[in-house]
Formats: sequence, structure tokens, C-alpha cells
Amino acid sequence: MPGTLAPLSDRRDRALVPVVDIRAAEKIFSNGMRGLAPIDLTVRRGEFLTLIGPSGCGKSTLLKLIAHLIQPSSGDLSWWGQDFSHVGEPERRIAFVFQDATLMPWSRVDANVRLPLDLAQVKMDEAVPRVAAALENVNLTKFARSFPRQLSGGMRMRVSIARALVTDPDLLLMDEPFGALDEFTRNKLDDDLLRLSSERGLTTIFVTHSLYEAVFLSTRVIVMAANPGRIFGEFIVDESEPRGDEFRTSDRFAQLSRGLSEMLNRASVAGSSAM
Amino acid sequence: MAQEKLTRTLAPVVVGILLLAVWQGGCRLGHVPVYLFPAPSDIAQSFVKQWPLLVRALWTTLAITLEAFVISVVLGTLIAFVFVQNKLIEQSLFPYAVLLQVTPVVAVAPLIIILVKNTNVSLTICATLVAIFPMISNTTIGLRSVDPGLSSFFKMSKASRFDTLVRLRIPSALPFFLAGLRISSGLALIGAVVAEFVAGTGGQSAGLAYQILQAGFQLDIPLMFAALLLIALSGVLLYMLMVALSRALLGQWHESSMTEEA
Repeated sequence: MPGTLAPLSDRRDRALVPVVDIRAAEKIFSNGMRGLAPIDLTVRRGEFLTLIGPSGCGKSTLLKLIAHLIQPSSGDLSWWGQDFSHVGEPERRIAFVFQDATLMPWSRVDANVRLPLDLAQVKMDEAVPRVAAALENVNLTKFARSFPRQLSGGMRMRVSIARALVTDPDLLLMDEPFGALDEFTRNKLDDDLLRLSSERGLTTIFVTHSLYEAVFLSTRVIVMAANPGRIFGEFIVDESEPRGDEFRTSDRFAQLSRGLSEMLNRASVAGSSAM
Repeated sequence: MAQEKLTRTLAPVVVGILLLAVWQGGCRLGHVPVYLFPAPSDIAQSFVKQWPLLVRALWTTLAITLEAFVISVVLGTLIAFVFVQNKLIEQSLFPYAVLLQVTPVVAVAPLIIILVKNTNVSLTICATLVAIFPMISNTTIGLRSVDPGLSSFFKMSKASRFDTLVRLRIPSALPFFLAGLRISSGLALIGAVVAEFVAGTGGQSAGLAYQILQAGFQLDIPLMFAALLLIALSGVLLYMLMVALSRALLGQWHESSMTEEA
């Protein structure tokens, strides 16, 4: 809730505290497979961080660790310098967007977007305007009373984004959210996402297969390698915002994409030779 | 569109009238005796003459069917909820539910009728034994088939157990539950009729099946047909009620109940 700001000194401290701090986190699955070798990663406030790499490199696993959907086998994670029990408090909210829109088919669009507020016991008279604002943000006001099945894939994904943003999160986690969409829709949603995340000063961690999407969106790209899943390297996209179609078609974009592509190829080779 | 709908309702009606006409004509032209195979007109006559008797029998059978159906739904759903709480409970009890399902009710009915003094109660128990299994298995599957993504979303949102149940599990289970209702309603009727037959051979029943038995003894074949027709119509009516219920609850969102226009 925007009304509840912490005291100034506290806020200044928080600006310095990493949003997510991962120390030697390792994940070994119950079948003995090593999903992630010990990983260190610090995510700073306001970053747009992308995880990219060949399949099996553990990028989704890493994202799930950050989302607290799975627990590390060893090592530590902290969120805003504290454990997960404080997540959800003001200025410590996490939202997650999945590969599929994962909407409730039995609920209309507005009820789907309202779900996180309902689960947090937010009263109706406060929730309704927030849902309306969230739908407005993704240009779906007209479809508030539709059922998910009446919408296209891209629209459903936008509902999913509205549902994530309605809680006014500080950290947004996205697991290949636009992977199933056609390129035109994907570019459009990438534009929307950049606009929304910079407007709100969001910290975003984004998983993708597309290196172009990674270059377009990110301030920093983490390239991962497989066998076992680990961080191979880091790629900084030093390009100011706002980014738009001019950036997408610029020489600079092509140059950055080439650079990232080369790093990805090396990561892919490193991942297969370790077998 | 409207014409297509009209054809869809008219076609079976026309076929029905034709069949009745052939049946009637065949019986009359072939001089088939009533006690071998009655013509539709004989059956209609029997309907009119024996109406009070038939209505009483119909109510008896329907009452048992509905009682068994309601018990199956309530008990079956409760059992399903217990099953999904714990895998061990399900694994240890499910084989017995299957055992219940595969044991023919005709074979168990005499035992139950002997053990339970009250005929109506014993018949209801028999019908419930037949009707409860689809409720258990369908509701269990339904409560388990929650979208994993949505389930993660609820977990991440720190949703309470109650919220997860009411907002996620129950709506996810609804289509399966309703499919269970359809099967179970039909089975409750079949169970009631079969149990009545068994009880009827001992002369202790009053339902439609008993009337069929009695009519058979007395060679009142038209009455037999009339009772049979009432059983069939009750089954169709029950099924249609369940379909209407599914439509009302799922029509707007679930594929199984959508109309073509939607």
C-alpha cells in the first residue's frame, strides 16, 4: 500500500540492501540430479535482470528458489536482507508471472486480477479501484467482465501481468512469460513491460530463451550453463531508457545481440563438455 | 440456425412416431395377442386404467432413487475430501471402494434385505452401494486436478488452507463432480430397480420393479411395458436435470457445458 512508507533513515538503508541476495545456494533434486551448483547472485534495486541459457541450465530452478517455491539444498537466500517470512510486508512484495497465464477459468478477468488482493484480505472498496487501474495499465478495461477463454493468448498474458502488478510489487519474477506468443505480440508486451517497470521502479528478474528479448529488456543478463546448472557469465546492457523500436532496429542492438550470442554459445559448449 | 435447431428436435420425434406406427400396425395386422406383445394402444390403455397404481409405484421407486442419490453425493464427496487430505488414507481405503463397485448389487442385495428389517432402508442401501463410487472417484480426481501453476500462485501469495480450498480446489473439482452426478443419478435409479427386483421376489416391495414382476406373474404384459416406460422416463428426466445443473454452473467457463454459439 502506497500510504505506508517507512521512516526516511530506514528507507535509505533499504535502498542499499540488495533486493535478493543468494549465497552459495545449491539445489539437488530428490532423484539426485544436481539442478544448481552453488550460486552467488546479488540483485540490486531497480535492476532488470534476465536469466538466459540452454535448457537444463537451472534458470527456472533459480527463479523458483527466489520465489520460495522450492528450498535450496544448501546455502542461503535473503530478501531485502531478511528471511522469507517478511516478504509480503510493505515495500517487500513479490509478484510472479508464469509461463502460462495461469488464470482461473471459472472467474472473470476482473476477479482474476483481484485474486491476490482477496487472498490478502483487502476490502472490496479498496480492491475494486486498484483492479480497474491495473486493467487500465494493460489496456484491458473493456474486457473486465470477460472470461479468460474468450481472450487471445496475448490478452490472457496481459491479465496475468495485471494480476501481478495489482499488489504494487517491489520485485517481479517472470518465468518465460511470452514464450508461447508470436513475435509481434511479444514485442508489444515487451514494450509494455519496460514502460510499467520503469514507471514503478520495479526490480525485475526475467527468464527467457530469446537473446533479443534479453538484450531489449535487461540492464544485466546472467548467462547460465548446464551440467550442473551454474552462472557462466554476466552481460551488461548499457543502454539508457526509454527503449523502443528505434533501439530494436539500431546497430547498437545488433552489436549487443552478437556479443550476448557469442557468450551464450560459449556457455552452451561449456555445459555440454562438462558431461 | 433456427432451422437447424428445429430439425434437431423434430427429427427424433418423427422417428418416434414412425416407429410407433410400425409397431401398432405390425401388432394389429399380424394379430399378435396382447399377452405376447402389446401394441402401443394397449400400453396406453393400461396407463390410463392402472394410473393410480403406477403413480404410487413410481413415487416409491423415485423416493428410493433420490434418497440413495443424495446419500451418495454427500457421503461420496466427504469420502473424497478425506482421500485428498492424505495419500496414505486414500491408498489404504481405495481398494475397498473398488471392491464395493465391482461386487454386483444383485448378489449383495439379498443379504442386505435379510439383515435390514425395513425394506425401504435396505433398498436405499443397495442403491447407494451402486451410486456412490462415481462420486468418490470423480470428486477425488477433481480435487487433485488443480492447475500446478495456480497452485504455485496460491502458495506464493501465502494463501490460507481455507482460501485454497474454496477459491481453488472446489472450483477445479466442479466439472469432475458434476460429471460424477450425471453417472451417479442414473446408477441410483438402476440400483433401486435392481434391489426392488430382488426384494420383490420375496414379496416385500411396492416400486415399479415390483409392478413389473407382479404383472409378469399375471401375464399383464401392457402393465409391464407401462412400468418399464416410466422407469426409462425417470432415468431420462434425472439425466436431463443433471445436464441442466452442469450448464447452470459451468456453462460460462467450462468446455464440457458450452453451447455452440458461446
